[in-house]
Amino acid sequence: MTAVPSAASAPASPSTNRLAVLVAKREILAQVRSRSFWISTGVLLALVLGAIVGSSFFGDVLGKPPKVAAVPQVVEQVEAARLDMVEVPDRAAAEQRLRDRSVGAAVVLGDDGGLLVLGLDSAPTTVAQLLATVPPVGTLDPPRADEGMRMFVALAFGLVFMMAAATYGMTIAQNTVTEKQTRVVEILLSAVPARALFTGKIAGISLLALGQTTALAVVSVVGLTATDRGDLLDQLGAPVVWFVVFFIIGFVLLASMFAAAAALVSRQEDLSAVVQPMVWLIMLPYFAVLFFNGRPTVLTVLSYVPFSAPVGMPVRLFFGDAAVWEPLVSLALLVLTAAVVVAVGARVYQRSVLRMGTRVRLTEVLRAER
Amino acid sequence: MIELQGITKRYGDLLALDDIGFAVRPGRLTGFVGGNGAGKTTAMRILMGVLRADAGQVLLDGHRLDAATRRRFGYMPEERGLYPKMKVVDQLAYLATLHGFDAATGERRARDLLDRLSLAPRAADPVDSLSLGNQQRAQIAAALVHDPSVLVLDEPFSGLDPIAVDVVVSVLAEHARRGVPVLFSSHQLDLVERLCDDLVIIAGGKVQAAGARDDLRARFGTSRYELVASDAGWLRDEPGVEVVELAADQAVFAADEATAQRVLRAALARGPVHRFAYLTPSLAEIFRELMADSQADSQEVPA
Repeated sequence: MTAVPSAASAPASPSTNRLAVLVAKREILAQVRSRSFWISTGVLLALVLGAIVGSSFFGDVLGKPPKVAAVPQVVEQVEAARLDMVEVPDRAAAEQRLRDRSVGAAVVLGDDGGLLVLGLDSAPTTVAQLLATVPPVGTLDPPRADEGMRMFVALAFGLVFMMAAATYGMTIAQNTVTEKQTRVVEILLSAVPARALFTGKIAGISLLALGQTTALAVVSVVGLTATDRGDLLDQLGAPVVWFVVFFIIGFVLLASMFAAAAALVSRQEDLSAVVQPMVWLIMLPYFAVLFFNGRPTVLTVLSYVPFSAPVGMPVRLFFGDAAVWEPLVSLALLVLTAAVVVAVGARVYQRSVLRMGTRVRLTEVLRAER
Repeated sequence: MIELQGITKRYGDLLALDDIGFAVRPGRLTGFVGGNGAGKTTAMRILMGVLRADAGQVLLDGHRLDAATRRRFGYMPEERGLYPKMKVVDQLAYLATLHGFDAATGERRARDLLDRLSLAPRAADPVDSLSLGNQQRAQIAAALVHDPSVLVLDEPFSGLDPIAVDVVVSVLAEHARRGVPVLFSSHQLDLVERLCDDLVIIAGGKVQAAGARDDLRARFGTSRYELVASDAGWLRDEPGVEVVELAADQAVFAADEATAQRVLRAALARGPVHRFAYLTPSLAEIFRELMADSQADSQEVPA
């Protein structure tokens, strides 16, 4: 039998910051060591990569003009239109090619001496458009991305934010209640101040959320590069960086609300009722940005409201709707709100985390004299 | 020395602790006994700073306890709590680092302690896969891993088999020998009686008795003697003797010291004496007596 470890070695209690780091480290390790974390992360990344590669692939199949058979007289024009072409001696040969389906369209000389584009049973409009002479177009202002693109980008930012905030927000809430329910919190709080526990918990999970969002951003960039969509990347680069910055502050804001709300209850069963407001706060801006992204005034407002700014501002940036200073002001507003909410959240957490039993009333906690 | 002074705690209309005070002396095992709902857990939670008292103070060596000092304490809460999915050794090492040990030292201390508590083979298992008795040992390890300056344990022996009790007792005694004040609550009065140097008996939110075990026994003992001799019936007629139990050859009686000695001489004169002994009251007897008193005192205090 070994002796009880000796008393001489007892070190001084670490600083609150150091304790918060230790708590954060445990939170991260607990997640990273669980298989479900890697599975859900893997599935999410695979889905995003799949969506990018898939959209590019189907875009090619559906939107790409078919192979063309061309008679010698029109070869030059077909080549100029950069169509995939086989040269055939005459119209009969071209028609034969069409019938045996080795080409999707044939370009021959029409009766009027002009070009005639033939299809087998449907008009090959994409080929016709490419061969048509269209006057060059321009805009006075820089061109704006089209509505479909708007929808897609709003959806992408919104979905990533909503999913990450909901997933990791709930992780924080569940961890908090688990600590309360198992009473491990009493042991922890006999070792560390509640503030260190609160800070460490939020820092740890926020870092994980940031890591996953960054991974998503990287996968998107790699996906877009690999599928030759560099044009989109140029437009998307800066907004994505802004998104990550807004995301992390916005997430800390929500995370502290989740932790504080969860500290009010002592059982997992009671959790859904207290996190309801946060779930709305996460979903509402997503739908608002999605539905109102065509309404500049509404979108402008949404890009300043702290809860929707992480989605609203990057969407506006993507379309070049926002002036250079706008994201900075919006970010300052977000940081300020987050600071206030984190402070209030820490207070609520400190005062309710040791109160077991029935749900603690928020008003009571906020009012109570320390 | 830990001192609780004038601690009062109210839950709504219920007065859980009513101006209680007692001391936990260094180097001694202090047993905290009382019925269900007597206020033991509330008092221990207040001592640990997990709960705020409405009035009163907790002193360590004459100074008011602050949060930093409390962090050097070891605490085992009433309701056991560790992270269910975390490995036992990781959990203990984590708690050690929260108390300022570096990771390597923390892990070494955790392993030593698990070894000491015969839990080493379960070190790498998650807590929720352990049997209740083993979870209990892990919980005790959690209170000890940072080499606490004061130990506060709420029902540390509940759910342990006799061998585990002995192991835990030896570990606690070792801490006490090094000068650590150890306070633990228990329902197992025989165990408390066997282990403790000091006792605090609480009922109805009030301290009914506190002090060294032997002093309490002397104080609450009713000076009873047992006599086993060839005949004991004559005791009934002895002046100053109150017979409690009487069989043909055996009697239990209450009397003062001088009377008892006179009785012994008289018994020897009558024939052989097989046994003559002063009966120490068991803790259970003292406890029952105090409970009866406190209930008679204040009927309205809920248990």
